[in-house]
Amino acid sequence: MTITDFLFFAFAGVVVASALGVVASKNPVHSALFLVLTFFSCSAIWLMLEAEFLAITLVLVYVGAVMVLFLFVVMMLDINVAKMREGFVSYLPVGALFAFLMLAIMVYVVGPVGPDVMSTAALDNAVKHAADYSNTEALGEILYTDYVLAFEIAAVILLVAIIAAISLTLRRRTTTKYQTPANQIKVKRDDRLKIIKSDAEVLK
Amino acid sequence: MSEMIDELLARATVTGLELWNWFPADLQTLLLILGKIILILVPLMLCVAYITYAERKIIGYMQIRIGPNRVGFRGWLQPIADAMKLLFKEVIIPTKSDKYLFLIAPVLSIMPALAAWAVIPFDRGVVLTDVNAGLLYVLALTSIGVYGVIIAGWASNSKYAILSSLRVGAQIVAYEIAMGFALVGVLMASGSLNMSDIVEGQSGGIGSWYIWPLLPLFFVYFISGVAETNRAPFDVAEGESEIVAGFHVEYSGMAFAVFFLAEYANIILISSLTALLFLGGWLSPFEAGESSFFWFFAKACIFAFCFLWFRATFPRYRYDQIMRLGWKVFIPVTIVWLFVEAVMVVAEVGPWAV
Repeated sequence: MTITDFLFFAFAGVVVASALGVVASKNPVHSALFLVLTFFSCSAIWLMLEAEFLAITLVLVYVGAVMVLFLFVVMMLDINVAKMREGFVSYLPVGALFAFLMLAIMVYVVGPVGPDVMSTAALDNAVKHAADYSNTEALGEILYTDYVLAFEIAAVILLVAIIAAISLTLRRRTTTKYQTPANQIKVKRDDRLKIIKSDAEVLK
Repeated sequence: MSEMIDELLARATVTGLELWNWFPADLQTLLLILGKIILILVPLMLCVAYITYAERKIIGYMQIRIGPNRVGFRGWLQPIADAMKLLFKEVIIPTKSDKYLFLIAPVLSIMPALAAWAVIPFDRGVVLTDVNAGLLYVLALTSIGVYGVIIAGWASNSKYAILSSLRVGAQIVAYEIAMGFALVGVLMASGSLNMSDIVEGQSGGIGSWYIWPLLPLFFVYFISGVAETNRAPFDVAEGESEIVAGFHVEYSGMAFAVFFLAEYANIILISSLTALLFLGGWLSPFEAGESSFFWFFAKACIFAFCFLWFRATFPRYRYDQIMRLGWKVFIPVTIVWLFVEAVMVVAEVGPWAV
């Protein structure tokens, strides 16, 4: 067993264990953190597959931003754990069905029935890239040439989603007081202060 | 006598080499990497210890007082004394806290701050791993530093701590975007994600550093860096007057100290990154000058000094204005400048080759 094999099995083990933790842990905050660990170990496996751009982006986007916001929401909920676990058995058949479907797809892809990807011949043909191969560059070249239309459509859809999300949640509440820092900076002495000349007065 | 010593030394070297060759190749690589990590981390930890001393001294002089001057010559041993004190203090775990997360939180806070140093080049070729996606790696690792703070706040089971961690979370996520966009500017200028290539792209004296064509991005990056490390004037995470001490209010002893180590390690990291990305890292400011590690160190020191200077100078930002600065000022500025830069690249104006 080489060091790469050892690392693969170590990370794969962590992925499986922490994915189980996501569904099995009682506390939703723990579940969210287990999901973070799953993402992290997945990205380590992707790194070993020479897909460093995807691996780092997984950490950057999902771990660094999306899961932080998830944690935010989960942390603020006042959750009754017993009530959450009530429906566990009734959801089990649906969950099991989907789990079985996904397992079937994986067996089809990896196993002997479906496309030939895991046979020794196919594995020997798999390209092992040189040390100076840059996955980032390769992805960028394809993304901005062959798939530029699809890429830009995806970007526009995301932009529309951003604007929609903002316009749905943005409401000016009349009860709160707002400040406009631009106006605050622009303030001149004459707007605030008036000097009045008056004669000195002696109090008795 | 000296011959004997020479012979003994030679023998020791030979046996040492034999012992080394006796190790399996994988173990040799592992030991080499571990050795390099220690070579980076030990000086880094010393820097962290002495930046706390520098902070107290500098802010002291700025406020016309002396600062620590009792332990050792002129107080030079103060950080050691502080470390000893914190090591021997009890780590108190609150009764209703989440014990595991409570103890994991400081680790999660310091781990990314240290791991990011793996791709930082100190001089030409002096780097632990010269990966080609180095900049992305740094960005990813600095983005997970927020977990330490959030988990600490939640696991403490204290309302002040959780208020603080909510503030930090929102602040860091907001400023990360501006920071990422500023880095995209550097990336466009250098055409590479490799840290060494980015530095080499700035060779040719002070005039060809990226700070000049990317001046707005430089300011956005450095100020966002101050906000990312929760330093004054963006230190709402530990606004003493509002939420006691913030997310680490329940921590004591070494667990508390680890949060501080992480904060100062992050300061040094941001200073070094700014020096590398915008000020040409180890390159000399003179066109014919010798490039060396000391240039890098000096440039990083300037920024580290700025961190301390800001703390002594600026009053704390109000929370809503922090958010306004991040979302409504920095992000538009970076987007506009990226556009300007793209036009400059297409028109072949500026120091970069297309």
